[in-house]
Formats: sequence, structure tokens, C-alpha cells
Amino acid sequence: MLSRVANSLYWIGRYIERAEDIARLISVSSHLQLDLPKGIRPGWISIVHILGDEEAFLKQGLENDERQIMKFLIGDLSHPGSILSSLSMARESARTVRDVMPREAWEEINALYQTAKSDAQKGYWPKNRHVYLQQIVRGAQTITGILSGSMLHDETYHFVRLGRNLERADMTSRIIDVRSADLVPPAEHELTPFENIQWMSVLKSLTGYQMYRRSVQEPVRRRDVLEFLFKERLFPRAILHCIGEIEGCALALKKNTKVLAQIHAVERSIEKVKPGALEQAELHHLIDQLQLGLAGIDEAIRESYFA
Amino acid sequence: MAIRWGSYPTKGLHDEIIQARGKPRPAADQLCQFLRGLSDKEIEEYKAAADLAIKLMGITFTVYSDSDGSIDRTWPFDIIPRVVDSREWRQIERGLVQRVKALNLFIADLYDQQQVVKDGVFPGELLEDSVNFRPQCVGVKPPQGIWAHICGSDLVRDKDGVVYVLEDNLRVPSGVSYMLENRQVMKRVFPDLFENESILPVDDYPSKLYDMLASLSPRRVAKPVVAVLTPGIYNSAYFEHSYLAQQMGAELVEGSDLVVGDDDCVYMRTIDGPKRVDVIYRRIDDLFLDPEAFNPDSTLGVAGLMRAWKAGKVGLANAPGAGVADDKVVYAYVPDLIRYYLHEEPLIPNVPTYRCIYKEERDYVLAHIAELVVKPANESGGYGMLIGPQASTEECEQFVRAIKRNPRNYVAQPMLTLSTAPTLVGTKVEPRHLDLRPFILSGKETYVTTGGLTRVALRKGSTVVNSSQGGGSKDTWIVDLEGGN
Repeated sequence: MLSRVANSLYWIGRYIERAEDIARLISVSSHLQLDLPKGIRPGWISIVHILGDEEAFLKQGLENDERQIMKFLIGDLSHPGSILSSLSMARESARTVRDVMPREAWEEINALYQTAKSDAQKGYWPKNRHVYLQQIVRGAQTITGILSGSMLHDETYHFVRLGRNLERADMTSRIIDVRSADLVPPAEHELTPFENIQWMSVLKSLTGYQMYRRSVQEPVRRRDVLEFLFKERLFPRAILHCIGEIEGCALALKKNTKVLAQIHAVERSIEKVKPGALEQAELHHLIDQLQLGLAGIDEAIRESYFA
Repeated sequence: MAIRWGSYPTKGLHDEIIQARGKPRPAADQLCQFLRGLSDKEIEEYKAAADLAIKLMGITFTVYSDSDGSIDRTWPFDIIPRVVDSREWRQIERGLVQRVKALNLFIADLYDQQQVVKDGVFPGELLEDSVNFRPQCVGVKPPQGIWAHICGSDLVRDKDGVVYVLEDNLRVPSGVSYMLENRQVMKRVFPDLFENESILPVDDYPSKLYDMLASLSPRRVAKPVVAVLTPGIYNSAYFEHSYLAQQMGAELVEGSDLVVGDDDCVYMRTIDGPKRVDVIYRRIDDLFLDPEAFNPDSTLGVAGLMRAWKAGKVGLANAPGAGVADDKVVYAYVPDLIRYYLHEEPLIPNVPTYRCIYKEERDYVLAHIAELVVKPANESGGYGMLIGPQASTEECEQFVRAIKRNPRNYVAQPMLTLSTAPTLVGTKVEPRHLDLRPFILSGKETYVTTGGLTRVALRKGSTVVNSSQGGGSKDTWIVDLEGGN
């Protein structure tokens, strides 16, 4: 397989996952805004922080205003981190590899971009936002389903999966990082009811609330949520699950020594700690290390296969 | 009954299907009978079925716009085929083989001893003006001595019924995928017609193309690596590039996928490391092919590709520099070139062409400028042309001055009336002008497509057949009336 084709497939995986994750994140944050008392609402700008987009946001001279932030995150094609930009780039990548993908996958990617674009306005206002974002999430899942259900599960598919799982691990770690910083209560005995709600929202933005309940059967607490999101190998958005998927793909490819070395380093760094027991600063450091590790995997993939 | 041949106008025209007063030509007889039997509703159903087939098969051409990236438009297609009697087609086929053979000998000669210039058949000064002559290619000896492996020659028929060659495309001729897809659509929509008639098949083109390309491989291996080199998704012919690659089982590559090694071999970057490429069917113009040899700013090509080709480490089709034989001035010499190289009379005539470089011919042009079509040598796509019968006196005078200033840059031809064929307009038929582009493959053997791509000007009275400007296409049937060969 041509390196360029592998590269495109990898980015299709990443961009489709990214569009889905941003949509989930906005959706859950919208709900959270409604549930919390005014004084402790994290504010829309916290989503910009999670996505690491502050610089671009400030550069555009935008204000901390719901509509401007939504436009920036959803429909702004000049901002490479928006939902629409992700879908547009997924579409451009897909166009060049139409011959290795099932035809329906191309059609679905094309259709999702078109709807996301023509309906973008709906996402800017609270009234229709949920429906709009739901559409994005569903479209992305349809694409994932078509690819999984009808592509040859050979190396072409492994590259899509690599991209998807790296992006997913990245997004989970970002959400944990920013939300847990927001969530440190000023005094241990205050605000516990809201803390509970906020950790629930973290789980929900990763569609993990129900699964957490089934798996942990404990109240929603920082300690248990963190253990679950880092280490529950059975939960598809947990870090170790994603790392396991990435490892599975790498094992099926040739020339995988470098990539596997990176994967195993990341895996060990998570396995040896108890994230739930970490202080906020330690947790932040752990996530920093994890992000570097993920970037290292990405780099190893590039060097081994796309160069 | 929707289609009445009796009222179909053919006066002053040559129609490919109807002779006169509604009488079909013999090869089109069955088709006309079938069409006459259809109700309006049936015609609409067939039309809708063809449109659906085109959409489902994803037959598109690309139009690029700034606002929305690139748009794939579906291919405009007319369901009434153009029909040619196989006996006439055999003649044309022989003429095309003859023509392309002479053109290849001519190109090889130009990049070698230039005997044709020394013998006074082709004026050397014309070469100096040629934008497609590549000094970088002088002295190169491609395999089998062939430069133009794939040629698309445009044929037109004038109102007198004579078929002429209008031009030869020797650089990167396109359209063959639409010829193949048009037939697929027709077989899906009118299976019964194909059952009852002896319509010669067209679908062996991709395998002939592959065989020809494989024969250019510098390595003697059972399955040489063949790649189609495309400028990328924004090119208007991208559909065709990807289609041909798929049909041949070849890799579809862009310039950035290829690299020339220190050993002068060409490699493609794959996830398992570099893999050697034996033959490249390039769909990129010469000047963008290799930034080392031509345009240094080109990002479409591959640095060192010319070096690899000259060293005989990779096959290139068409060979760089082959385009020297497809400008309008060279065209005027093709009949002479056929006589010179093959000692034969041309089987298909050129449109009579007056070469302003010669005094006698120039004087005729200057005296008859209002009746002629005047073309500058090195412009394409109809740019900078004078259409005498439609031009003002002032425009004619401008051209007179231009010809006097630089006579060798101009040729002139009489105005032709392109032949027509019935084309569906609503549920009725009307005559529309058309041309025909057959494709000729030259390798160890020469192969001509059975028919070719018929392009039709869908606008009434128009003779512009380009798909970007309101042109469409038709399936081309070579019908064997003798039943078998």
C-alpha cells in the first residue's frame, strides 16, 4: 500500500473521531451549564481550553460569548480545530482513497460534511443545538460502522483504527485534564452535590456514565471515575482500552518495532500509577506525560509508514 | 408514437443515422425501428434509467471552484447512440494506424538525425517556434522507437460525407474512460438491443493498455509494476485516472508518492518501504513532469524522472517530447510525412490546410480570409482563432496584418459543417453536431479502439463538444451488418 494512502486512511480515522468528540463535548457542556448554579459554571471557554485552542481563539479576537465560541468550535472553516474543518479534511482525505474504501463510506462522509455545513447555524443557538450535535455524532458513528462492517480488515483498515484510537485516547485525556482542574473544590466539605454532577458530566461527555454505573457500582467520585477512565480496558473510551487497540493494529503491521516500543512505554506509565490517588498537580503531570507519549506514537507511525 | 423520422431535418447536413426524408442508414435501421416504437413514457423511462445508472456508477467529471472546493458533476450522456457501419470503420482504422505510425517515425527522427528537415520535407525553422519540442529529449532512444504510445485523434465528417482528421492529441489525451462507461450504461439500459444486433465490443481497451505499458518495462519480470501518475483530485480528468488504474490493476500515484534513487530507478513510497516502479503512464504534461529538467516550480512531478527515463530505468508513456507532433502547423504536414516515411498515400485526409509560411498558400489565405478559419500554431482550445464567416471586416484585417507580420505562425482551413446525429431533446429528437475521438495504442502492435468517444454539442446549432462547455457524449456503435467477421 502507498504511504500516502495509509496516511489518508489514518487521518480519516482521526478526523471523524475528532468531529464526534467535539460534538459530544459541546453537547454535554451545554447540559452542565444548565445544571450548575451561576457562580460555579465552568463557562463555554472551558471547552476551548480542553481542545487546546486558546491561542487560535485569542488570535481571532473572539470574546467569551456563547455564540462566538460555538461558531468557532462548530462551523468555522478557518479554524482547523472546528467540527466542520475536521469533517472537511476527512472528506478531502477520503476523496483520494475512494478506491480502497467501500463506496457507501465515501457517500456517508460526503453527506455528513454537507449536512454539517448547511445546518451549522443550528448549532450556534441552544434551541436546536442538541439535535444538530446528535446528527454529527450519529453520522460519525455510521461511518465508523460502515468502515468496520464492510472494509477488508487488512492493513488499510488498521490505519483507520490507529487514527481513531489515538484521537480518542487524546480526547479522553484532555477532558480529564481540564475538567478535573475545574473540579477541585475550594474547600473539601463544600459543594459536594455539584461535584458529583460535574464528574457525571465528565463521564457523559465520554458516553461513560451508564457503563461506569454497570462496572463500578459506586457513587460517582473523583477517585473511581479517574480509575475507570484511565484503566478500564473494557470501556472503549478508556485510555488503556485505546492503547490496547492501537497495539493490536501495530502488531498486524510490518516494521512495527519503533511503534510498539512507544506503545509499550505509554502503557507501562499508566499501569504503574493509581490515577485516582493522585493530587491535582500530579494528575496534571501524568496527563502531560501521556500526551507526550501519544505524540510519540503518532511520530513513530509517521516515521515507520508515511515517510 | 413519439419519434417521427419523417419530419427529422437533414437538409444541408450530413446525418450519421438518417440519410434523407426519414430513411435510416442501413447500419442504423434496427435502432431507428426500435426508437420509433417507443412511447413518450417509455422514452422518459429509458432516459431516467440511464441517468440513474450514471449516478450509481459514479461517472463524473470534476469542475473546480473556489467557493466549494471541487465538484464532481455527473457526465452528460445522450441515450441515442451514434452508429457506424463496420465496413467504413475498417477503413478508418487502417487510416489511423497509418497516421500514427508516420507520426511516431517523425518524432523519432526529430529527436535523432532530423533527416526529414535535411530532405526539405519539414522546414527546420518551424521547430524553433515549437513550444512542444524538448531539446532535453534529443538523442534519447525509447524502447521500440515509439514516442506516442497513446494517441487520441479527433475525427469529423463534413457535409459532403468525407471523414477528416481534425487534430491528433499526442500528449495526454483523455476521454477513453467515458467511452467504456458509456457502453456499460447502454448495456444496462438497453440489453435487448445488444442481444439482437451485432455491435462490436469495446471493453478490451484496459487490458490492451496494460499489455502495451507492460511491454515498456525495463525489467524482464512476469508482472512489472505499472503506475498511473495523476496531478491529483483537482484535475478534471481525475475520474479517468483512477478508473484506468483500477481497471488495469495499476497503482494510482501522485508525484509525491514517487522518488528517483541514486541508482536512477523510480520508487514509490509504500508502508513497507520503497518499491520499484517499472512503467509510468503519466497524465501530467511534459513541463510539470520533472522539476530538475523542466519547470523548477512544479510540485506535481518527480525530481529526476527524466534522468531515470534517459537511463532506461523506467518506461514513460507517452514519452516526453511526443507533443511536438501535435501542434497545428505540424498537422498541416502529416499527409507529406505519411508519403515521406511510409511511401503511401494517406487513407484519411486532413482538413485542407493552408500554410502561411509558403507564399502561394499565404496569398490564397489573404485573398479568402472571410471564408476561412485561421489558427495560430501554438494556441489550443480555440484561443486566438479567427472564424472568417462569422468575423467582422475589422477582425479579418487584424488577422491579415498578423499573418503578414509572422506568416509561419498561422495556418488556415475552410469552414466545415460537422455531421449531426439525432439527439434526445425532451421526448423528441433533433439533430446535433458531433465529432469522434478514437484512441490508438502503439507498442509491439498497434491497436485502435472499436469506435471511440463520440462527443456531441448539446446546444442547438453549436459545434462546441467539450464537456465543460455544454457538450455531452453518446455511445458509439460499430455495427457489423454481415453477421460475424
